[in-house]
Order: sequence, then C-alpha cells, then structure tokens
Amino acid sequence: MSGTLTILQAGPAMTVQDLGRPGYRALGLTHGGAADPTALHEGAALLGQDPNCAALEMAGSGGSFQADEDIRIALTGAQMQVSIDGEPVAWNASHLLPAGAKLAIGGARDGAYGYLHVGGGFDIEPVMESRSSHLAAGIGALLQSGETLPLRADKGGETNLTLPRDNRFGAERVRIVASMQTDAFDEATRQRFTETTFRRDARANRMGARMDHDAEGFTTGGQLTIVSEVITPGDIQITGDGAPFVLMCECQTTGGYPRIGTVIPCDLPIVAQAQPGAALQFEFVDLGEALAAETRHRADLAALPKRSQPLLRDPARIRDLLGYQLISGVVSATADPFEKEQT
Amino acid sequence: MTDWPRIRSVGLSGLLVTFAEKMSEPANRAALAFRAAVEEQDWPELSETSTSLVSTFVQFKVSQEAITTMTDRLRGLLETRDWFAEALPAGRSLWHVPTVYGTDLAPQLEEAAEAAGLDPDAAIAELSQARVRVLTIGFAPGQPYMGELAPHWDIPRQQGLTKSVPPGSLVVAIRQLIIFTNASPTGWRHIGQTAFRTFCPGSDMPFPLSPGDELIFPSITRQEFDRIADDPTGGAEREALT
Repeated sequence: MSGTLTILQAGPAMTVQDLGRPGYRALGLTHGGAADPTALHEGAALLGQDPNCAALEMAGSGGSFQADEDIRIALTGAQMQVSIDGEPVAWNASHLLPAGAKLAIGGARDGAYGYLHVGGGFDIEPVMESRSSHLAAGIGALLQSGETLPLRADKGGETNLTLPRDNRFGAERVRIVASMQTDAFDEATRQRFTETTFRRDARANRMGARMDHDAEGFTTGGQLTIVSEVITPGDIQITGDGAPFVLMCECQTTGGYPRIGTVIPCDLPIVAQAQPGAALQFEFVDLGEALAAETRHRADLAALPKRSQPLLRDPARIRDLLGYQLISGVVSATADPFEKEQT
Repeated sequence: MTDWPRIRSVGLSGLLVTFAEKMSEPANRAALAFRAAVEEQDWPELSETSTSLVSTFVQFKVSQEAITTMTDRLRGLLETRDWFAEALPAGRSLWHVPTVYGTDLAPQLEEAAEAAGLDPDAAIAELSQARVRVLTIGFAPGQPYMGELAPHWDIPRQQGLTKSVPPGSLVVAIRQLIIFTNASPTGWRHIGQTAFRTFCPGSDMPFPLSPGDELIFPSITRQEFDRIADDPTGGAEREALT
C-alpha cells in the first residue's frame, strides 16, 4: 500500500503531467505532457527514477499539500517560495516530506511552471498510455483543493540532493529553424522578425504563447489563404493581426495560419518558462547547428543524475539556527568557569 | 511534371509531402493513399504519420543523414504511381449518424440553406443523403472535417463567431461538414445536431473516426433524438467498407 498526497489548497492551474502522449496526431491529439519537459528530467534525476513518472505541474503558483506517510519529493522548474512546516527549503532539490507536515509552495519567481515530483510518481489511471492531463482535449482536469492523489510505490533513495540551476530561466535567445512555410515570408520580413525583441504576452498557456511587440505586424504579403496544414509544437504561427504565436505542447494538430519558423525542441522550455512580459528574441539557425544543439541537450539530460549534489544548507536560511550546537568547547571570558560545577 | 507533389521539411520533426496548393478530392485521396503506402514500408526510422487536407506528414528522428535517406525514399515511393488516380486505402468504415436538422437544436439550418440557394426542406433532403468522407481530423481530438458537398454548398464562414455550439454539432461551410468534439465557438453554421461522440478517451475506441472513413447523416425527429441522446454511440451505426 502506497501513500497519498492531499491538496490542502490548489493553485490556479495545477495538472498532472508526464512526458505526454505521442502517436495520435493523425487523430487530432497533440502529444501534450509537461510544458517544460526538462524539469521532468531534473525531477527524475533528483529522485533516481524514470522521467516519465507523473508529476504536478503548477502554472504561476503552487499550493499547499500534505502526505499521509513519509514521502520523497523534488521541486523543479520555475523557482517558487517553498517551505515544509514553515521552514524554507531549497528549490531544485529533493527533500523528505514527513507524514502530516505541510508543504507550502508559493508564487513563481523566475519562470512560469513549477513542478512537484513525488517518489514513484502519481498513480493516476493512464488514459491512452499517459497520465498527462490534456485540458484542450478534455482529458483530465485542473486539480482542486481537497483532492487526494494516490502515489505509486517509491523504490526509495536519497533526499537532500540538488542540481545546478539551468540557464533556461530568463534566457532571451530562442533558436528556430525554417519550416515548410518560412519561404512564404520575404527576406525583409524574416530579418525584421529576428531583429525584433518580443515580450511574452500575459495570456500564454499550455496551448500557445502570443508574442507582443510595438512595430507593425508580420505578414506573408500577397499570399493566398494557406490550406490548413500540420502543426508541430514550437511552430510560430502568424495570426491575422500579424502577431507571432508560439504553439506549445497542447496546441492543435493542424492550422491554417502560416508558420514563419519553428522553435527547436530543446529551446521550447525557454518560451514555456518565460514570465509575462519577458523579452524573447528568435534566431534562425541552420539544420546542422540545430541538430548539434539537440544532441547536446539529450546528453545533458542523460548526465543529470550524475550532476546531483548533496544539498548544503545555507546557515542564513536556517530559521532555528540557534537551536543547533554549531561549535563546542568555547570558553567565555566573562563566565565563571566554576559556577556550573558549584550548582 | 508540375511542382506537385512537393516535399518540404517540417522543422526538426520530419518531412511533409504536399499534393496540391488547394483542397481537392483527388489531392486528399492522394494524401490518404500515400500515408497508407508509407505505413506499409515499415521504415525503421519512422515514428508517426498523419494527413492534413492535401498532405502526408512523415515524422522520424531527424538527422542530416535521415533527411537525405527519407527524402530519397519518399521521392522513390512517389514515383511508383500516379497518386491522384490511386484508390482510397483499405480498412475504412461507413458510418450512419442520425441527425436532427434545424429546430432549436441547430438554429442555423435555414440561414445555411438560403446561402446555398435552397429552401430548408430541399437542404435537409440533400444533406441527409449526402455521403461525405473524413478529409482530415484536427482542431480537436477525433474531430472530422468532411466533404466535399456539392458546389452550391461552397458557402463562406459567417463574419461573426457563434459563441458556442455543443459537442456533436454538425456545422457547414466551404463545401465541408464538421462534427464538433467539444463545445466550441465557430464561424461555421450550425445546421444539425447529432448525439455522436467523436472522442471518448476512456473507451476502447477513443477515436471512432479515421481519415478516409465515410459518413451519412440521416434525418431523425426531435423525439428520436431524445431517445438516442444518452446512447454511448449516439445511435450511430458502422459498417466496413470493402
């Protein structure tokens, strides 16, 4: 019998996510899964388990939680304020969450999606081989306060491990490659596109992120209506008003707006984790450079378990610091050394 | 030989074989037939295939070498026959999906009939006998785009959007029909209501329809609709096409 995690208070947009549900594009379902798959790999590395273990994805802010037995947890993705029974603990790290202790996770500080991983993963009934909620498709639902989630058996392992902070948070440069409709935009438009610094619109979600900018929109000129065509996550479609829209993990499978390019998969978490108003700039790279970046990224993910380090507690953040005997054998110059013995 | 079919790369995802610039029955049939032929090749690098209206998408693990190999293979396969003359793939189904036309359930039948130059009764007679094909599935899981209807059904989408049509709505525009999977805003006109669910995630047949399937929407009364409304299949019947 494995434990459970109860959501005492749910944040505004919490869902269960794993690496998604590939293979159904022909039937109208995009693969979905975590908006920031790199975070799933980090959580898995910290807990020594499969990256496809289901975790909680928390958009914008977290919530509060309680387990009914001691469990291992890991926190990855956008850094959020977090405490266990009131004591702040480190983000991007694994911890023991004692039975009955209150885990409180606050607002995101440097990104959009935070993740709460549990040892063994959440034991949600898979739908078509995946535990990912896909709200646009009607699979799963936003998690609510009071819900209790079952956990799969944890094979156990260390806690108090941490990973170095990845540079995808706050990054501005996003690499893109040409796609099937890039040629529909003339050279000058493509150049202006890559020279523009965009701001991530506040309304971004798991389906897509609109990019705002002040100058005129981007158009395909005299291009006739483009017949509806396959969409892959990362595609940057230019909507009717000329604004670019980066299509994310839960996007549609086909669409009639022209695509100026597509974000390479390893840079898509940068867009997913961009905070509202964050600056983003797109840069075309050739296929060779894009493939090399993907190969490096896969190697980095594979090396994550080896990069886990024991968590060193920062004395400045230990609230009950004075409760610890930090040094011993100190003699006070003013105390009477015999006083204690006399009493 | 014209510019078509064209092979284009789709980012780092794979290759797209497009048979025409615009939607047409032969180009759609070519895309469906070509996808079936690609699936039969059992190329080990292949991870997923799909079709849109006039294209076949071939997804595989992209590398410089894989792109070259796959482009050559696709070109070779394209040259084996005239895909526009190819028959539709085997294993398709014909669906009969009972439909209430008009009434308060589907309030835009009259408006759509008028746009097509028909009176409502003639429109119902035509629509309830038309046999359409799933041209592609998209927008929402299992949601079919079906066609093509006769040329006078080449009616534009409405200027404004209908705020929301319910699941199972039958809507029309540009010689095509859609059955909506989920409640959705739409610019297409709501002409019929079915009780058919095009996506049933918990069931053993989550996606009843496949691209290439054919459908007929026989007209039923409101009373009959109420009887089948909660039926898991929405009163739909399926037969194998041979």
